[in-house]
Amino acid sequence: MRFTRTSKALGMVAIAALALTGCGAGGGSNDGASQSAGDPNKVITAYSNEPQNPLLPANTNEVYGGRVVELLFEGLRSYDANGKPVNSLAESIESPDAQNWTIKVKQGQKFTNGEAITAKTFVDSWNFAANSKNLQNNGFFFESIEGYADVSAVTTATAADGKKTTTPAPTAETMSGLTAKDDSTLTVKLAQPEADWSLRLGYSAFFPLPSAALADPKTFGENPVGNGPYKFEKTGAWVHDQSISLVKNADYSGPRESKNGGVTFKFYTDPGPAYTDLQGNNLDVTDVLPSNALKTYVTDFQDRNSTKAVATNSTLNIPGYNPNFQGEAGKLRRQALSYAINREEIAKVVFNGTRTPAKAFAPPVIDGFKEGLKGSEVLKFDAAKAKDLWAQADKIQPYDKSKPLQIASNTDGGNKEWIDAVANGFKNNLGIQAEIQPFAKFAEVLNLRKSQSLPGLSRAGWQGDYPSLYNFLGPVWATGASSNYEKYSNPQFDKLLQEGLAAKTTDEANAKFNQAQEVLFEDLPGLPLWDQARPIVWSENVVKAETGWNGGILYYNITAK
Amino acid sequence: MVRFILKRLLQVIPVFIGTTLLVYYMVFALPGDPIAALFGDRQPPQAVIDTLRSQYHLDQPFWVQYGLFLQNLFTFNLGNDFTGQPIAGSLARVFPVTAMLAVEALAIQAIFGVAFGVFAGLRRGGWFDSTVLVVSLVVIAVPTFVLGFVFQLVFGVQLGWAKPTVGANADWGSLLLPAVVLGLVSFAYVLRLTRASVSENMNADYVRTATAKGLSRPRVVIAHILRNSLIPVVTYLGANLGGLMGGAIVTEGIFNVPGVGNKLYQAVLRSEGPTIVSIVSVLVLVFVVANLLVDLLYAWLDPRIRYDQ
Amino acid sequence: MTSNNSHFVAPIDETPLLATDTVKTDQAPLSLWSDAWRKLRRRPLFIISALLILALAVVALFPGLFSAVAPNDGCVLANSEGGSTDGHPFGFTFQGCDIYSRVVHGTQASLSVGILSVLCVLVIGVTVGALAGYYGGWVDAVLARLGDVFFALPLILGALVITQLPFFRENKSVWSVVFVIALLAWPQMARITRGAVIEVRNADFVTAARSLGVSKFGALVRHVLPNALAPIIVLATLELGVFIVAEATLSFLGIGLPQSIMSWGNDIAGAQASIRTRPEIMLYPAAALSITVLSFIMLGDAVRDALDPKSRQR
Repeated sequence: MRFTRTSKALGMVAIAALALTGCGAGGGSNDGASQSAGDPNKVITAYSNEPQNPLLPANTNEVYGGRVVELLFEGLRSYDANGKPVNSLAESIESPDAQNWTIKVKQGQKFTNGEAITAKTFVDSWNFAANSKNLQNNGFFFESIEGYADVSAVTTATAADGKKTTTPAPTAETMSGLTAKDDSTLTVKLAQPEADWSLRLGYSAFFPLPSAALADPKTFGENPVGNGPYKFEKTGAWVHDQSISLVKNADYSGPRESKNGGVTFKFYTDPGPAYTDLQGNNLDVTDVLPSNALKTYVTDFQDRNSTKAVATNSTLNIPGYNPNFQGEAGKLRRQALSYAINREEIAKVVFNGTRTPAKAFAPPVIDGFKEGLKGSEVLKFDAAKAKDLWAQADKIQPYDKSKPLQIASNTDGGNKEWIDAVANGFKNNLGIQAEIQPFAKFAEVLNLRKSQSLPGLSRAGWQGDYPSLYNFLGPVWATGASSNYEKYSNPQFDKLLQEGLAAKTTDEANAKFNQAQEVLFEDLPGLPLWDQARPIVWSENVVKAETGWNGGILYYNITAK
Repeated sequence: MVRFILKRLLQVIPVFIGTTLLVYYMVFALPGDPIAALFGDRQPPQAVIDTLRSQYHLDQPFWVQYGLFLQNLFTFNLGNDFTGQPIAGSLARVFPVTAMLAVEALAIQAIFGVAFGVFAGLRRGGWFDSTVLVVSLVVIAVPTFVLGFVFQLVFGVQLGWAKPTVGANADWGSLLLPAVVLGLVSFAYVLRLTRASVSENMNADYVRTATAKGLSRPRVVIAHILRNSLIPVVTYLGANLGGLMGGAIVTEGIFNVPGVGNKLYQAVLRSEGPTIVSIVSVLVLVFVVANLLVDLLYAWLDPRIRYDQ
Repeated sequence: MTSNNSHFVAPIDETPLLATDTVKTDQAPLSLWSDAWRKLRRRPLFIISALLILALAVVALFPGLFSAVAPNDGCVLANSEGGSTDGHPFGFTFQGCDIYSRVVHGTQASLSVGILSVLCVLVIGVTVGALAGYYGGWVDAVLARLGDVFFALPLILGALVITQLPFFRENKSVWSVVFVIALLAWPQMARITRGAVIEVRNADFVTAARSLGVSKFGALVRHVLPNALAPIIVLATLELGVFIVAEATLSFLGIGLPQSIMSWGNDIAGAQASIRTRPEIMLYPAAALSITVLSFIMLGDAVRDALDPKSRQR
């Protein structure tokens, strides 16, 4: 904490006020911090927030529930700190043709309630997750498996007023491509070959579920029973809006064995107070810093911070329905906008190095990432070129400047600072009016994006589900994809993606995916901005903390002092 | 008197209907699909969204939704919020915390506001008066989010006198710091209202009479000047109790207090009609009772005020 | 009028009978206010505060006179959080904008928000509160409960909904913020007014005026309200500052003024980005805000003194 004279003055006022009110503030303990080094039985506290769904792996698709689920369950594979998948419950995963997969499941594994885990457990769990009437958010992760279309089928009814309602209507209860040959052999037949399919087996959607979960998912999700490195401290360990307490699962044997006695997730609705709590050693570790601490966390937490590149990137989407960005002129303008963003400077000044300028549509930490793709020169800041391209576009079709160019964003996630900076860049380098279009609620932006009625640009962020190039391209830019709200569509891009998926080896696949990115650079439906590094800080009560490939803290690796 | 009180309590009914109707309609009018918003960047299958929408009756017209809410209320079942948690349970968690915070803040601002206001009013233009003027300017001009932050840093981190945040298991001690911050802005109001009344009343006839009778100065100040100066202060405090019970969004956010304000803010951001209206329903009761108490206090403070006319 | 108190039976400082005396004179309604004005213009407190407010008004109307730098252009990130340099006495904001010119140009919107909101709140709140407190009975029941309904509205919900109304969405301006604040803040003013009126309505001088033939409503306007002004003025002057800060909160939530309109509130909210590195950036708009509130508090004090016969200084 840099303490300047003014803030000291403010502090003095504060002291005076408290002295006047004459209160001796009580309870300054910090949970009796112990001095002994490396206590494997001590429980650590970590930043989190209220999970939005019952804690079922196939239903949890947001970070705060996700981090709990990942500690409670163990899948066929897990990802090491660098994002490399390692076999966990799987003994081996093999496929001769990238379409028919044989997975050998380790024997003798149990859930903490004593239920055995066999190949059939996986068949049941996956069929449950994919079945549309179970309404699991992550059901679509099984879409590659043969028979998925039947179990996930829905019907859409149109009411008299034109409103459409989709209701689940599975035509089968099990996926035909999924069979348990015996207790230890799981065979999976995909609808078509997919070289990188096994990469995703460490994602939480693929975790095994005990039979209680399938019988009553909602009740189970309140007090989940898993097979991971941790378990619920007790029934009701999830105190809503306050905390979740996990303790070490002594029976766990796998790559992620816990080095502490447990993890208590304390819920915060804002990262600011958590940061202050950490400064007061009232919290042990956080992976979300308030944006105004990006310049100070290294000094506030000397030797107690780490910043590592993660598989998360940000883009600025340019809707194709905006008349200013259509046709040949629109293409030139998109390039001009990209050249007018000084990514280097914003990464340094606004983010203090916790972002690195984007080099492609996927971050460098992903296997297969390639720098210098054709067309990626638009990511370099070049004010002269930007101005020139903008002028060229104006000759083809004049820019409608009746309204300022707006960049839509919710204001509660620390986005305002960089958007202001980008808008100022547009103003200074292109001579146009530009400003943030602030929304109090993320839902409003999403709604406008979905209904294609956003007047200007919008920001988007993507965090990888599993470490694969495809995961950064398919769900975001493919025709009709789930997160392709601006409805970008290019058949050539779709074709390259499909070819990549069907490739026999990951190298071949990645080559295709990189070709697909060159199509994106040609079209620029969005401007890659930067890739994230995840800064984390920890208290004096723990030895060290580190993040995994996706920026999540490896809680099991933290040792309390 | 009893009739007056009963009449006032009966007035809860129209206020309740008016408020819940208005609030429910406002939530209904908020743009954006609240169910889709639950999922952020990663949208679930449409069937999930549609099923949830019908589960929460969001596909129904406004009057049906409001009717269902009333029906639920009268069967003492507030239903579930969008994450599937019972609303009654969350109300039972947040209201005690905020009530503690409100009482503490109210006590701080009432005690110090009135005491300082009396001293400032008796010696207008003196050094004490000028000092408290500056203090009240500071607390008005510095937004709560800054004040709270500075307090947290100084007392919670640097001096270590209190825990920087409240979090789970809130108690009187851990709520003291946010209560001070919360009380400070209103403290300025109470102080200046008291000061104005006191300086207005100190030259009144009855004060001269009391002094002439030979009463001691403290007795004159407390029994005569202060008692007659309290009406605006009591009005303000009564209104403020309502405001405090509604939760202080900024202060509760800074100190991570799991109270009404935090819950309400999250609910508004998620357009969670049932949660918002349930909270507001409780608040309406609090307001009406607080107002009633204030009116009864008027009559006690100033016997000339009569309600049974 | 020739002399100060020619038509009074006794020196004004000695008796609190101004009100009853006034109704006997021919220029009855005028004399209370003209009398106040004569006292007011001699008080240094009033002169200082009036000059300060005049200065603020000039800055608000002609910001270009005080700052040559266009505040919203030429924000260069390279200057982020820079200290004071030639031509930029207060240094730069997080986005590298000139702080001095932003404070100068923010005066207009902030003063407008503050003053207009207070005026709206005064008009609605005092009217409702005075009628409710003075007439009592069912008038009180209806008006006070109406206030309760609005008081129960959560601020952000109200603000979110109102700013989403098509009219305000298309024309985000000072008025949309004023509307939000006024709509949610008037019940407080109404309650204070109501309380003060209830306290005064049974006073002897009111009874006296009524028995001298003043109409019931006339007594409210001429005798009850002037004697109930003290808490109203206190509340109004403090609220001026609170409303200007409230605009900061609304702007911070994305439902206040648009970025293109400069205001102290916007700047205070924006300075949060620098609060850990250069907290003094926030002090400049906050200081401007304090000076404004101080001027109005002093003005309010002086006006109240002049109007209120009881609290005149010996």
